[in-house]
Amino acid sequence: MSEPQDHQPLSMTALTIRLDDELFAVEAGRVREILDLVPITEVPNAPDFVGGLINVRGRVVPLADLRVMFGMNRPEPDEDTRIVVMEVDMDGEPTIAGILADKVHDVTDIEAASIEEAPKVGMRWRPEFIKGIGKRNGGFIIIPNMERIFETPGARNAPVAASEERSAS
Amino acid sequence: MNISDPTETFRQEARELLDQLEAGLLDLEQDPANADLINSTFRALHTIKGSGAMFGFTAVAEFVHEFETAFDQVRKGQTKANSALIEVALDAKDHIHRLIEAPEDRISGGDEILAHLRRIIAGGPVDTETPVKPKAKAKTTKAADAPPPPPAATAIWRLEFYLPADALIYGTNPALLLEELAEIGPTRVTALTDRIPALDVLDPETPHVGWRVDIEAVDPTAAIDDVFLFLRDTMELTLTRLDERTETDAQAEPDGEPDALSEASSAPEPAPTAATLAAQSPTPKPRQGAGADTADRAAASSLRVPAERLDELMDRVGELVIAQARLSQIAGLSSDTALKTIAEELERLSSGLRDTTMGIRMVPIGTLFSRFRRLIHDLSGELGKPIEFITAGEDTELDKTMIERLADPLVHLIRNSVDHGLESAEKRAAAGKPPKGVVRLSAVYSGAEVAISVTDDGAGLDTARIRAKAEENGLIAPDAKLTEQELHHLIFAPGFSTAKEVTSLSGRGVGMDVVKRTIDGLRGTIDVTSKPGEGSTMTLRLPLTLAIIDGMLVRVGNGRYTIPLAAVEECVELPEGIEAHAKGRNFLDIRGALVPYLRLREVFGTAAEPEPHQKVVIVSSGEGRVGLVVDQIIGNNQTVIKQLSKLHSGIKSFSGATILGDGTVALILDTAHLVAAGQSYVDRNITGRAA
Repeated sequence: MSEPQDHQPLSMTALTIRLDDELFAVEAGRVREILDLVPITEVPNAPDFVGGLINVRGRVVPLADLRVMFGMNRPEPDEDTRIVVMEVDMDGEPTIAGILADKVHDVTDIEAASIEEAPKVGMRWRPEFIKGIGKRNGGFIIIPNMERIFETPGARNAPVAASEERSAS
Repeated sequence: MNISDPTETFRQEARELLDQLEAGLLDLEQDPANADLINSTFRALHTIKGSGAMFGFTAVAEFVHEFETAFDQVRKGQTKANSALIEVALDAKDHIHRLIEAPEDRISGGDEILAHLRRIIAGGPVDTETPVKPKAKAKTTKAADAPPPPPAATAIWRLEFYLPADALIYGTNPALLLEELAEIGPTRVTALTDRIPALDVLDPETPHVGWRVDIEAVDPTAAIDDVFLFLRDTMELTLTRLDERTETDAQAEPDGEPDALSEASSAPEPAPTAATLAAQSPTPKPRQGAGADTADRAAASSLRVPAERLDELMDRVGELVIAQARLSQIAGLSSDTALKTIAEELERLSSGLRDTTMGIRMVPIGTLFSRFRRLIHDLSGELGKPIEFITAGEDTELDKTMIERLADPLVHLIRNSVDHGLESAEKRAAAGKPPKGVVRLSAVYSGAEVAISVTDDGAGLDTARIRAKAEENGLIAPDAKLTEQELHHLIFAPGFSTAKEVTSLSGRGVGMDVVKRTIDGLRGTIDVTSKPGEGSTMTLRLPLTLAIIDGMLVRVGNGRYTIPLAAVEECVELPEGIEAHAKGRNFLDIRGALVPYLRLREVFGTAAEPEPHQKVVIVSSGEGRVGLVVDQIIGNNQTVIKQLSKLHSGIKSFSGATILGDGTVALILDTAHLVAAGQSYVDRNITGRAA
């Protein structure tokens, strides 16, 4: 599963999901299953991005919230909330993770021609987290760069020292 | 990994054979005249050569060939096994290992090893071991080692053979064998029908026909060896040189003595090789038979399974245990007695299955111990310290994964004992000790744990030097009061080394802190005891398995957490009002002993209101004891340990996660880390108050 180079137009079969008020597209080939909301176990002192764990058929899987990385609102879960279980590359190792989605739409083909490079300015998201922006039905679809998002060191290193300080004070 | 890949199968087998070979060589060093050891060494070499050639590892086959020849000499008493030979054979074993692991790389060094071997075979053993041995004997030895002599007159050789009873079952084709023999030289083949039984008892799958093949060649011994490579150990085979001799002479020979044969033969060169074959064919019969018997029995009673399949099985059983827990929980709430009965039955079955599966993964630790003999051997040579290595408790069984992960820490501890612990022979003599140092490695069950100790009878830990070093490194304050135990434990501090000078062994950038970390990761502990002048003991205490533990389920705020039951010492109620008059002094008085405690609510940043009656779970790790304040103790449960993903590997308070009966995930507390956090909290508090 080699990823195309950054900033290069790509055509893809994508699962479209809604996060807050934006449409996102994740590579359909990496999606393992889509679950209704399950009980989430909070991991104390973990970063908000991966603050929880869920049980996926006997496996303990981290639950990631992309909305944190994109600095979006985080509405409370409702009846549309789903968990997209997918394979993401972490340091080159395939890892199973759940992604929280405010709604799952459909699987669609996004033509390479309709995908544009993410603009360097005029965007509220960090450009390195975005692989491209597709257009459909007059709207935009954001294609996140999952590898980059899950690579971010800040996402993984919990503020352990801080928690111990807290216990000491 | 594709397990059906024949090359990989060969590698796997060869690795085992090499281990066997190494063990045999090391034993042989202690007991150079032991015929069994010599034979098994020879056999291991022979098999590596044979299957190496078959699987296309020609470099291996070519390299091993000379060693096989050398050990064949030893086998026949023409050369003696001595330490020089064993040393070069150990080098060779390492070289073979490299060749097998990376056949495509151009691995050098083989020629030097072979040259070294030739020197030893040519002169070494004769000079050092038995100076009185006649020179002529040594010459014969050399001649046998050298390539066959230049073409001499051909002779007629008579080969008679019967295939082993199972040859056809294993796919041997007699016609092809005869064809191969025909390639050696002009042949005349006669079938030997004397053993064909009556038709009613004839088993068509057994080869009853033998063959007599007269071959015209200079010396077909090696070629015949090659033809029967995989059969020779179990087949009947005689080879005689007919020459001018009459047929009756030759036929009278089969059980004749090899020496008589070599004397009878007129040409001196081929004599030893003819003897090789003659000596091998009649003698291996009973010995090989016995060997094959034990091998067969071993094969029937044990099974080799790829490790991944066991891991997979363990995963499945883990899932079953979780599903069973869920069922039990639902059944417990139900009034359906049939459901309750089934749930109980399933609980019994799954816990049995769990125990059996864990049993399958248990491996005797001896497999690991044998690896260290080589290490000691090498260290002894490198440092010039004579060492006696004693092992005990090889039968103690531990989880396979555990054994794999223990290898590195143990290598380190043993190195440490030899390098830093044992004194030089002179120093030992001066201290009135025997010059040979003793390193003892032992394993023993203690409860649900295994204790593995590395003991040396060296000088013991020098607490004064440890102290000086720790002060120098800023690990402790110059006036800090430390018990002897605490001083000993300082050797596990990162970047700590007591070696005054950096030897080739120490100073590799890996220290005892790495050992400590690995053992912590295995949920184990390290104890150190040491007496000046008498030596030190490092004891590792480890749980028997990594996969499933018994846990105590507790609630903190809205979260549920599992504490490994093995670490739990007792549970007490947090005395009411303790906060009120003891602000910032988080100690409990447990039967006169002060135990610091941590509020998990604070550690985890829980927002929910605390329970009015909070409980304290007192956990221990090695020396330290710490109370963990929780809101509620829910009960005990079987805990299938699941590793946390990399995304959470930075969070130290948890060693893993598990799935509870209701399907939710609970985190497993890392007690060692929490105890350390609790202790450091105490230290800070004390120093804080002192300041």
